[in-house]
This record gives sequence, structure tokens and C-alpha cells, in this order.
Amino acid sequence: MSQDSEAGTLGEDRKAAALGSGADTVDAMQAAADGDQYLTFTLGEEEYGVDILRVQEIKGWQRVTPIPNTPHYVKGVINLRGTIVPVIDLRERFGMSAQEYSKFTVVVMVRVLSTGGRERIMGLVVDALSEVYTFQSEQIRPAPEFGAALRTNFIRGLATVDDSKMVIILDVDELLSDEDLAIADDQSRIAEVVRAAGPGGQDHE
Amino acid sequence: MSVDLSQFLQTFFEESFEGLDTMESGLLELDPAQPDAETLNNVFRAAHSIKGGAGTFGLSAVSDFTHRMETLLDRLRDGKQAVTPDAVNVLLSAVDCLRGMLAAIQNDQALDADAISTAQRQLDEQLGQVPAGDAVPAPPQGAGGGHTAGPEGTPPRGSGPGGGGGGWWIRFEPQPHLFATGNDPRRLFQALQDLGELEVEADPSGLPPFEQLDPETCQLAWTLRLHADVDEAAVREVFEWVEDDARLEIRPLGAAGTEPAPVAEAGSAVASADEPPAPGGGAAPAAGDGRKPAARRGNAGGGGNSSSIRVDTEKIDALIDMVGELVITQSMLSQIGKEFTAERLEELQDGLAQLERNTRELQENVMRIRMVPISFAYSRLPRIVHDTSRALGKVVEFQMEGEQTELDKTVMEKIIDPLVHLVRNSVDHGIEAPEERAAAGKPETGTITIEAYHKGGNIIIEIADDGRGINRDKLLAKARSAGLVEDGSELPDEQIYDLIFHPGLSTHDQATEYSGRGVGMDVVKRNVRSLSGNISVRSSHGQGTTITISLPLTLSILDGQLFRVGDQTYIVPLVSVIESLQVDAGKVSRVTGRGEVYHWREGYVPIVRLHELFDTEPVRRELGGGLMVIVEDEETYLGVFVDDLLDQQQVVIKSLEANYLQVPGIAGATILGDGTVALILDIAGLIEMSRGGRRQPYIPEREDSDEAA
Repeated sequence: MSQDSEAGTLGEDRKAAALGSGADTVDAMQAAADGDQYLTFTLGEEEYGVDILRVQEIKGWQRVTPIPNTPHYVKGVINLRGTIVPVIDLRERFGMSAQEYSKFTVVVMVRVLSTGGRERIMGLVVDALSEVYTFQSEQIRPAPEFGAALRTNFIRGLATVDDSKMVIILDVDELLSDEDLAIADDQSRIAEVVRAAGPGGQDHE
Repeated sequence: MSVDLSQFLQTFFEESFEGLDTMESGLLELDPAQPDAETLNNVFRAAHSIKGGAGTFGLSAVSDFTHRMETLLDRLRDGKQAVTPDAVNVLLSAVDCLRGMLAAIQNDQALDADAISTAQRQLDEQLGQVPAGDAVPAPPQGAGGGHTAGPEGTPPRGSGPGGGGGGWWIRFEPQPHLFATGNDPRRLFQALQDLGELEVEADPSGLPPFEQLDPETCQLAWTLRLHADVDEAAVREVFEWVEDDARLEIRPLGAAGTEPAPVAEAGSAVASADEPPAPGGGAAPAAGDGRKPAARRGNAGGGGNSSSIRVDTEKIDALIDMVGELVITQSMLSQIGKEFTAERLEELQDGLAQLERNTRELQENVMRIRMVPISFAYSRLPRIVHDTSRALGKVVEFQMEGEQTELDKTVMEKIIDPLVHLVRNSVDHGIEAPEERAAAGKPETGTITIEAYHKGGNIIIEIADDGRGINRDKLLAKARSAGLVEDGSELPDEQIYDLIFHPGLSTHDQATEYSGRGVGMDVVKRNVRSLSGNISVRSSHGQGTTITISLPLTLSILDGQLFRVGDQTYIVPLVSVIESLQVDAGKVSRVTGRGEVYHWREGYVPIVRLHELFDTEPVRRELGGGLMVIVEDEETYLGVFVDDLLDQQQVVIKSLEANYLQVPGIAGATILGDGTVALILDIAGLIEMSRGGRRQPYIPEREDSDEAA
């Protein structure tokens, strides 16, 4: 049991440690006073953020048990201390090229609220953890419209760091809705959205 | 006096509902010709404790109502009034009414005043009395003194409340054991003093001679005069905790503060049988007031609906013993581990074997905690038979067997409704009217038997009646006209009787209030299936019908056959496995060049290649010489082609839906010894998939409607 709860070395020890120990309460309170904290991670050249209060824990990649007839980005399920938890590959979810998993691959366990107020735990496979940023709500700009046909509802907004770097803030509830978990979306369109929204990333595909 | 009672309220409700069940079953057992004193006593006791509890929580509407029932029951018990079927029916509907009241209070809903007053009027009619309030001579009191708390007819109200202006005269005669219950009269008097000026006069007349004096008993009585402008309820509240252990009289003081004229001395003033104690707030209880306490409960933030289970202390003791053994085994093993040498290998093996045994026992016993006797599910049935048969003018004897058969609490809760439906069906459709039975040469009294027993890992419930049976030809004709069965085709009896589970099919010509609309049996079947159970019908025309339900004992542990396809381990429930065999290539044939079937036991079973169904990479594609597991669901067979057969073992079923979705063909998952996850197959789902059914996960409805069923 202890094996899988400790699960592998983390790509970026420093940040993981800061997270794992629940960050300093003083820091957290400070942050709460002037904005929300977001954990960011990278997929290729792009940086994505999720509300840190939704992050339950961070694990290394471990072998999954595939579920038949599910979208390809649903990699399978793992045993998280006795409960069965699905793992979703975000690269594949966004239609980026798949990546080999290594012991440095990180799985971010997030809490997802779905229809009927049900809370579920799911794992997101990402390339690497990046930072913890604090954003005021006005710092998060709405994502531009890409036309009616494109789904952008899982992007809560875009935030800018140091006047140069863009962080795409994800709405995990929309990203991992029942429909998305059951039926493979037209990924190329999602990929388009992501590509159009991000500064780099042309080289993925 | 400010104990927070709300924490006990949930327990009160649970106990009261249990008490109501006891009353109901007792009343149904009651034979008007020869009323059994013990049964009456049981019913009476149940009513009495509900009344007491309701009083404690200030649910005056409930305790008033129960008091009436108790009074009637007491008369029946003492033989002052004959036990008539009418009286029993009135009491039964009073039980229903009371159940409704309690449920309403529990859920913070308004009480159904009409239903209550109807039931009350019926009770009063039975008591043969004019509405309460007018004085009725109280029957003489039982011998045991005040504390027996027997009902004393109608409490002489009207003489007391309202006259509180001048203060109160209180006679307080505690039982000798008062101190043992942790009550101190001094504190009571102090509490009274807080209300106003108090005169206390001790009455030592009960004291024994000095040499017989026992300082641990209370032999004193007191007469108190409270000069305060408070209502009676406030005074009663002070004595709330001692009224069961004392004789208490409270009367308004005369205008000049003099002794009140003694009224109705015949024990009528005994508090516990008299008016209910007032609610904590001290407000006078208004008639029909049930909302106030309910609202208070709401404030307390009561997480009302948390489900709980009553566990036999024996079961817990057994667990503690087992954990003790486990600890011993563990310390023995760690001892061996510390100083391990090759010579101690045998010792280590013994220790591990012991550990395995301990673990298994512990597991079995933990599961047993969730097991409850099926009598809980039975408890509603006699009433259903009673009411339905009365309404339909039928005479039915209902027999229940195997009440102590245990099954999982969740399974039991879900099987209650199907059972109610089936039993009602038996009364309505199965049993004939007395004349018809007599004409057919059968006894006029029909018999319905429900029996439960364990068989293998299942619990079997059989509902049998000796009624008219199912008219096979009529059913078949109906099915034909509904287009369910092709004209001219013949079906085996089994399949014909199975048609009654088809939605919209009923052999009853006229729908009654109770059944016959053809809805229901399909729901019953669906419920049973959702518990991974089976239901089947046997019937012979004119002789009766037997419905057999087979259910797993528990939903969380399963005996499984493990097998491997590609690099994944899968599990099939052992109950579904008919046979595992090596494929003989000569017995494989193709239908229309695609569908593969296997010649097996004088028939053909379709072959399913799991790797194709699940789209995975197998180790072996060649059928001949490979392994196949023949599985069955509802008499439909399927040959599942696998790479390798592994062990049989017990697995704990984990939900896939909890964090993901329901996936066709997958019943759940489990965690294997090495910590990895293995999927448990759902045979019914596989069969459907193999016929080209749905493969993608089910997306739950957007609206979270629980009423879908």
C-alpha cells in the first residue's frame, strides 16, 4: 500500500515540497486576502493553471488499468488508497502528441464537482509542475471567442505573468464533465482552441 | 436543566419506528377470539415507551395521541373491554397515523391535522367516551402505586391549567430509589426557588425506625408551596427527570394561598400518566402543536437522515476477540522476523497460515456487522395481507418462515418493496374468493407462505400461495396479441411464466386498487436484477404459484474467477461461471461467416473474444487449444475466450462509478494483492454488448432525479 501512496520521484521537488506540506499557513492566508492561488503545470510549451484548492495531491506516474471503450485520453484507473480513480492524459485530451511516461511524469489529483453536486477525484497527467501563482480575479481575462463551433467552456480565462508569460486557467469541472469522460470529443478542434489561445505550441501534432 | 436533547432525538425516532413495527405486528397477531395477554402487553409497552419519549422531547401532540392508544390498550389488556376486530383496526390505523406524525416531525413537516383528529375520534369512539376534557370517572388505580404509570382513563384536565396566578401547591413523593437515579430533591427545590418564593415542608411520616434507616434510600416526602406567577408547565419542567420515579401532584393554590380542595384523588394526578411534560421552552403546550419542537430540531442542524445500524453486542465482542488474535499473530511474526534463521522457516509458514486465517475470520465477521435478519423486511407484510385481504373479502392465512435468515442491510432495504408487491399480488391475483375456493374443493382459507433460507452464497426468498395459479394459455394468448410471442411458436413453460415480468402484461381482467395493471412485476424484476439477483416463477393452474427470488448475501464481496487477457487481469463472478474448458477447434462453427459459436452440451453458445469486445491486444488469437469460460446470466450462455485462467479468490467490489462512470460490461473493480486494479465483468452487460449493444460509458441524467424508478 505504501508503495503507491508515495509513488515515484517528482519532477520538481522544490515545488512539490512546497505543495505537499500544505504551504505555509501564513502564506496561504496572505494569499487568500489578496487573490486566489493557482497551481500551474506545463504541457509542451504551454502553461496551465488550476485552482489550488481543487488539488488534492500530486503523485508520480504509476501503471494504470485501462477501461475498455472509453475515450483514448482516459488512460485507465488506479488504486488511490483503496478507491478506484480514473487518470486522464491532458496532452491527449487537448489533442497534443502523446508522450512516453517516465518516472518523472506527474499526476495531479484534482477534485471535480459534477452534476448533482457529486464530488469525484481524478488524476491529470501533465508534463511537469511549474509554479504556484496568486491572481486577483480581475487579472484573469476571459478567453477570446473562437466562434460558436469551438468549445472553450473549460477555459476559465487567461492570466499574464511578468507581462510576458500566459497561463491558461482551466475549469476542471467543465474539462472533466461526464460527456467528456464518456465520449471522445473532436480533439482537433480542442487542439485548435488551445493552439490559438497559447503563444507557442505550433510544433505539437 | 439545559441538556441538549436534540442529540437523542434521532434515537428516539428510530426506537419509536421500531416500537410502531412491534405494535403493528402484535396487533396483527392478535386473535380477537383468544387475545394473548403477552402480545397485548408487548403492544402496550411499545406504546408506553413512545409516549414517554415523546413527552421527554416535548412532542405533546404525539404523547397526547399515544396516551389515547395506551388507554384503549390498557382496557383491552385488563379485560375491561373486549378485543374486537374493530378495535384492532382502529388501533392499526392509529399506528399508521402515529407513524405519519413522527415522520412529519422528523422531516420538519406540518402534521396532518385531519388524519390525526380522525384517528383520535375513532379511538375515542372505541373508548366509548365523549371527547376528552369532560370528566370521566377514572377507573381504580392498579395496585403498584403511582409509578407503574398505567393510564388512568381520561386525565382530569380542565381543573388545573389556567389557575396559575396564585402559585402552585405541589406534593412530591419520591420513590425510595430516587437517589440511585442521580436526582437530588434539593436541586429540584432550588430550581423551583428560581421561579419564585418557595415554602418547603418535609413529611417524615414515611421514615422507618432509626435502626432500619437506609441512608441511600429516600423515605421523605415533601409538600411545597410555590408563590409565583408561572404556568403549570414551568413547574412540571422542573420535575421532568424525576416524574417516573415519584408521585407528583400539582394543583393551583387557592386565592389566598391556601390548600386547594383535593380533587379526584384516585391517582389521577400521577404525572407520568397525566399530561405530557412541557417542551423545554416552558411554553404551555398548545393542542396539536407539533411544529415547535420540530423547528427546534432544525435549528440544531440535525443531520437527520444519517443511516445507522444496530449491531448485536455479541458480534462486536467476536470482533474484538479476533482483533486480539490478530495482534498476537502479528507479534509472533515480528518476533520470527527479528531473529530469522533458516530453521525457523516452518514456524514462519505456520505464522503466515495463522495470519491468513485471522484475516479471513476478521473479514467475515466485519461483513456480518452489516447483516440483519430478514424479519425487518417481513415486518410490513402481515399488514399488507391483512388490509388487502379484508378489502377484497378474502380469507388468507399468512405464514412466515426463516425470519432469522441474515442478509446485507442494503440488500434488505431494497428488497422490501418488491416483497410487498409480490405478497399483495398473491392476495389479489393468487388467492381466490372463499366461494370460488369452496367450489374448487379447496379450504376457504387461502395460504400464503414466505420463506427465506441460505443456499450457497445466496439468500433464497420464496413466496408461495395455494391460489388459482397462472393461467398459462391465457398468458400466452395475451402475449401473442401483444406481439411479444410469435403466433404458432411454442415456448417452454418457464419462458411463458417469465412473461409476467414483461411490462404492460397482466392476466387480470380487471385492474383493482391493489394490483393488476401490469405495472409492477417488471419493476420487481428490475429491482431484483439491480441487486444482482434472480427471480423465477413456478405455477400450476388451480394449484398455486411460487415465486423464487435469489439474492447475493452481500453486495461488497464476491467469489471470483480470475483470468487474463493480454496484460490485464479480469474477474468474473464465480456464480456465473458454468464451466471452463479448452477449446476444441472442431466444435467451433461460424454463422454467416462472422459470429462464432461453440458446440457445447447439445447446444451452441456464442463465443466472445474479450480482446475484441474490449479492444485490447491479446496474447492468443487462435481459438483451438485456447481457454474458454462458459458463463451464464438468466439462462443465456456465453463462451468468453481468454488467454489464461488464474486463481479463484474472494474480492472486494469497488465502485467504478464513484469517481468515474458506469461502463458497459464492467460491474466494478477490485484491488489485487499487488495493489493494482482489476476489472470485474458484468455478464449481463457482456451478453448485451456481444449482441451489438451499447459500449460507451453511461452518462448520468443532467437532472439528479431520484424518481426515475
